[in-house]
Amino acid sequence: MKGYLVLENGSVFSGERIGANVDTICEVVFNTSMTGYLEIFTDPSYAGQGVVMTYPLIGNYGLTKEDQESRKPWVEAVFVHEIAEMESNFRSKMHILKFLEENGIPGLQGVNTRSLTKMLRTVGTMKGKITNDISNIDAILEEIKNYEISNLVEKVTSNEFYKIGNGKTKIALLDFGAKQNIINSLLHRDCEVTVFPQDTHYSKLLTGEFDGIVLSNGPGNPEDCTVAIENIKKLYESNMPILGICLGHQLMGLATGAKTYKLKYGHRGPNHPVKDLNTGRVCITSQNHGYAIKDDSINPNVAEISHININDGTVEGLRYIGKNIMTVQYHPEACPGPEDSSYLFDEFLEIVRK
Amino acid sequence: MTDKDMADKIYIEPLTKKTIEKILEIEKPDSILPNLGGQTGLNIAMELYEDGFLESHGIRLLGTSPEGIKKAEDRQAFKDTMEEIGEPCIASKVVNTYEAAEEFAREIGLPVIVRPAYTLGGTGGGIAYTMEELEEIAKSGLHLSRVHQVLIEKCIAGWKEVEYEVMRDKNGSCITICNMENIDPVGVHTGDSIVVAPSQTLADKEYQMLRTSAIKIISALKIEGGCNVQFALNPNSFEYAVIEVNPRVSRSSALASKATGYPIAKVTAKIAIGYTLDEIKNAVTGKTYACFEPVLDYVIVKIPKWPFNKFLTASRELGTQMKATGEVMAIAPSIEQALMKAIRSLEENVDSLELSKLKELSDEEILKALTHVDNERIWVIAEAIRRGISVDRIHEITTIDKFFINKIQRLVRVETSLKNEELTKELLTTAKKMGYTDKVISRLCGKPETEIKEMRLENGIVANFKMVDTCAAEFDASTPYYYSSYDEDNEAIDNKDKKKIVVLGSGPIRIGQGIEFDYCSVHCVWALKKKGYETIIINNNPETVSTDFDIADKLYFEPLTPEDVENIIQTEKPYGAIVQFGGQTAIKLTKALTDMGVKILGTAETDMDRAEDRELFDEALEKCEIPRPKGGTVFTAEEAIKVANELKYPVLVRPSYVLGGQGMAIAYDDNEVREFITEINKIAQEHPILVDKYMLGKEVEVDAIFDGEDILIPGIMEHLERAGIHSGDSISVYPTQHINIENQKTIIEYTKKIAKELNVIGVLNIQFIINRGNVYIIEVNPRSSRTVPYISKVTNLPVIDIATRVILGEKLKDMPYGTGIYKRSDYVAVKMPIFSFEKIKNADTSLGPEMKSTGEVLGVAKDFSEAILKAFIASGVNIQYKGNVLITVRDKDKIEMLPIARNLDNLGFKIYATSRNSKFLK
Repeated sequence: MKGYLVLENGSVFSGERIGANVDTICEVVFNTSMTGYLEIFTDPSYAGQGVVMTYPLIGNYGLTKEDQESRKPWVEAVFVHEIAEMESNFRSKMHILKFLEENGIPGLQGVNTRSLTKMLRTVGTMKGKITNDISNIDAILEEIKNYEISNLVEKVTSNEFYKIGNGKTKIALLDFGAKQNIINSLLHRDCEVTVFPQDTHYSKLLTGEFDGIVLSNGPGNPEDCTVAIENIKKLYESNMPILGICLGHQLMGLATGAKTYKLKYGHRGPNHPVKDLNTGRVCITSQNHGYAIKDDSINPNVAEISHININDGTVEGLRYIGKNIMTVQYHPEACPGPEDSSYLFDEFLEIVRK
Repeated sequence: MTDKDMADKIYIEPLTKKTIEKILEIEKPDSILPNLGGQTGLNIAMELYEDGFLESHGIRLLGTSPEGIKKAEDRQAFKDTMEEIGEPCIASKVVNTYEAAEEFAREIGLPVIVRPAYTLGGTGGGIAYTMEELEEIAKSGLHLSRVHQVLIEKCIAGWKEVEYEVMRDKNGSCITICNMENIDPVGVHTGDSIVVAPSQTLADKEYQMLRTSAIKIISALKIEGGCNVQFALNPNSFEYAVIEVNPRVSRSSALASKATGYPIAKVTAKIAIGYTLDEIKNAVTGKTYACFEPVLDYVIVKIPKWPFNKFLTASRELGTQMKATGEVMAIAPSIEQALMKAIRSLEENVDSLELSKLKELSDEEILKALTHVDNERIWVIAEAIRRGISVDRIHEITTIDKFFINKIQRLVRVETSLKNEELTKELLTTAKKMGYTDKVISRLCGKPETEIKEMRLENGIVANFKMVDTCAAEFDASTPYYYSSYDEDNEAIDNKDKKKIVVLGSGPIRIGQGIEFDYCSVHCVWALKKKGYETIIINNNPETVSTDFDIADKLYFEPLTPEDVENIIQTEKPYGAIVQFGGQTAIKLTKALTDMGVKILGTAETDMDRAEDRELFDEALEKCEIPRPKGGTVFTAEEAIKVANELKYPVLVRPSYVLGGQGMAIAYDDNEVREFITEINKIAQEHPILVDKYMLGKEVEVDAIFDGEDILIPGIMEHLERAGIHSGDSISVYPTQHINIENQKTIIEYTKKIAKELNVIGVLNIQFIINRGNVYIIEVNPRSSRTVPYISKVTNLPVIDIATRVILGEKLKDMPYGTGIYKRSDYVAVKMPIFSFEKIKNADTSLGPEMKSTGEVLGVAKDFSEAILKAFIASGVNIQYKGNVLITVRDKDKIEMLPIARNLDNLGFKIYATSRNSKFLK
């Protein structure tokens, strides 16, 4: 069946409908990863977003639950060039089309993904609607315009706290939409992880039972997380070692007076070079964010920039002065993408265990 | 590379330790860069390091440390290093004797792989399934290895073979440029494998696992620059093994560069002189830096080009010994389209997955053929699918991943639809997106090609060009590097008002059409750029300079077929095209280009035809009063025999319009004529077959430039071998040593006459024969030849630059090079062919009119004997100054052999001979 993606600027991309036959409005973004489609589709940071995969062949190696970054896909829709007819991999349990259908995720294949990506790059991230009927474009555009995407973190965070693992080091993880591999990375390093809902009162984290706190990744505009920001202010004041990842990094920034802004089309891919300003070494990192911390809004007495993006110079990491707090904009837990910066977990835990 | 535009100083000398030492003593460089010259460069650098020469002369090795190179190259050191950093290798043992090899093979069980140390392209290696095979392979491997060392290794045939191209700088920053997956599982040399990039069947877990391993390895070896790591990956688990590390820029690096747009060699050189990755700009985007990993929004397929059409008796089996002479690459948004593009880029007279000879085989024979790992395997798979053999079954037999077999299945499905269904707009669109040309579609659905094209245009199904931008459109890129797609949006359209000229490349490197033609294309582009034209290159060879994206103003990485070229012409609307530098590949497109309304710059199509068409050519020669060996044109064996008997044996039999003497042979009797004609007619001939009187004599060759009025001949080259040996296989000497002034004058005169008669504008190549003091013309090629780079280098005359200017309308008399014959050099240059017979089993090694050499070297010196000695040394021939010689020749050659035997005897060689020879010599 033929389907369409209508963007808020009026452009229309066509393709063949795949997945669930439902219409939805989402923020359309592109990801340049050549592997890891399942990890992307199940990453809670993509809540509210429709993802364009720039790599043209998707579904080649099928999928298996063990590669999911959460219990279900959070993407609103997927736009791809071609879905593999026959998947092949020793671990594959399911074809990607079945997965999308079963989870109610709509999508299009046969989309001119390169042109769509070029449009998002030039115009910037846009809202769009996936639909089968474009007879009344004006009505669709009106609908898109009036559609608000907000409070995504509330949608993806866990409802109540839970404990996982039984390692020596006790870590509290504030869940704004945490990827499974953040938890796994901690578990592999002899931690016990307690996952808390995003609006958990700071006092519950400062009971003395935890050795360190991790602020997770998550979707949407960091400024929406007003409750969390207030709590994080208190966490900053404590002497707890804290690791912030992606949204967690932005929230710590906002809690300490820095400002965030929306990037034109974000960083989503497996190939972002990040320079460690201390060592001069560059790591290729996995990224997925639409917002960033404004470099000139950082109070130099509060934090110093530890990492920058080689491509556009944006802030990629901060060290908080006089504190055991390190935050990064990228994803040391990878999945998908390079594992090169997993050492950050080691560094963090070294501080925690001191 | 030996071109004077390349470096401040060029030495054309044998690449041996002794020569390099002398040069280093003269030049006293600070450092040498060993990791860009392949295995040869690396080996010499290591030899220089190992005996302390570099240290005692204060010369640094740039890029990778000698310790790093040793750790990667020496089998045992490599194994130890991998063990140290916890990276798995395959069960293996380094041995120095056959006995030790046998013992270890018994321990780990057959089959085993034998890999000689320090050899290029796996020379002398192979898989042994029996102890007898082990003995044969191991002994030859030990012999060929510089350090008499081979690795005996557990055979893991059937595992996936995956390669990573990695880069590292002095700060320790590491990036991977690209990974590549071989469609052929482990067991086939990666140079002989069909390769796709990026990997297709690896999930992110496996992709990152191997990527992390590759980075760990390059870091442990402390390589500064590019490096290639080859892995074997168990298709049924996460188990993997490191097969090999190349601590240098390799053939795979070249492929990875062209596949991604990332200039690996350039960045490696910058790293070697101290830059870090984050200081080097990404030349493609002009905005980002070299420190990033390319992401693709297309796929590439590489198919090797094998020389089996030249070696009819040779075994086509593929294994750990590389046999390909070149490769093609294709870029497309789908595997299917890329595969189809690559197939037609091969120029093997095959344009789809149909191979007619396979149709005759029974189902059993097809199943059996599937077990053979040879150059036709993908066509056999396609045929198996047509016979209804399941993907699973094909996978079981071939161990090729089902993902790829399914792609072939999808192509066959479209083929079947085209044969049986009505051609709808949807079907046509699908077929085009899967890479079928109008010609193939027309053949399959039985409609004329023009009708298919019309239907396409009516429905707006046209090729659009997409940019290779290293970043999947994330950043605005400025590289003019394109491939075709049937998605909308043509990114190649520009509004420049400069005059555009298309220069056609020469496709894959093969015997008879090697890198020499790429030299010509590149120099032509440079000359055009100097004159202010916008240049456009079309080519499909990832190994060449012409496909570097900074050579022409625009690069189209596409097959060189009429339809593919026409798509580009439609987009670019060029002022004209130059075909005379791209070898036979480009010449073959002349008519198609003319039909498209493209102006052919230089010698016209009709005149080129006059040189190829026998009757027209004879007319031209007659008009000029130039003699040629008598001959006739035929289509059948009977006609050929008749002509041969009129001419009297021996005769030369050959098809017209070929390069490198393909299908050419000397026949001594009726039976041989019949045999050769049958062989030639295996491929349908559009043109008649030529039968000529074979003349014994001296062969002489000239390249010349003609502007319509004047001729410029850079030099006359003399062949050492007698006539009948293909010029590409002959040792060629410049300036001539044994040609008298009278003959030279005649040669110059004939060259000018025929150039004028054929209205040549640009270059031409003529082969002469001198028989009993008379000069005859054998062949005229109104195009660039294999010897143009050679004659340019040894005469210092920029032949292609001059020719290009002439093509653009300039006159020789307005240039500072003079006319007639160019001044004779005061040194002698000898060109020596290189053969690869030891790599291609069962190939007929005797030389004849069909070219067999795969490369050449140059020896330059003050006199002839020194030059030829240098050439022998450079070609790897070990000159013996004493020893024993066995003489055995046919009766009719005995007289000729006598002075040679006498010479050898005088030099102190001991002579052995078979009984009749012995009797004769006594």
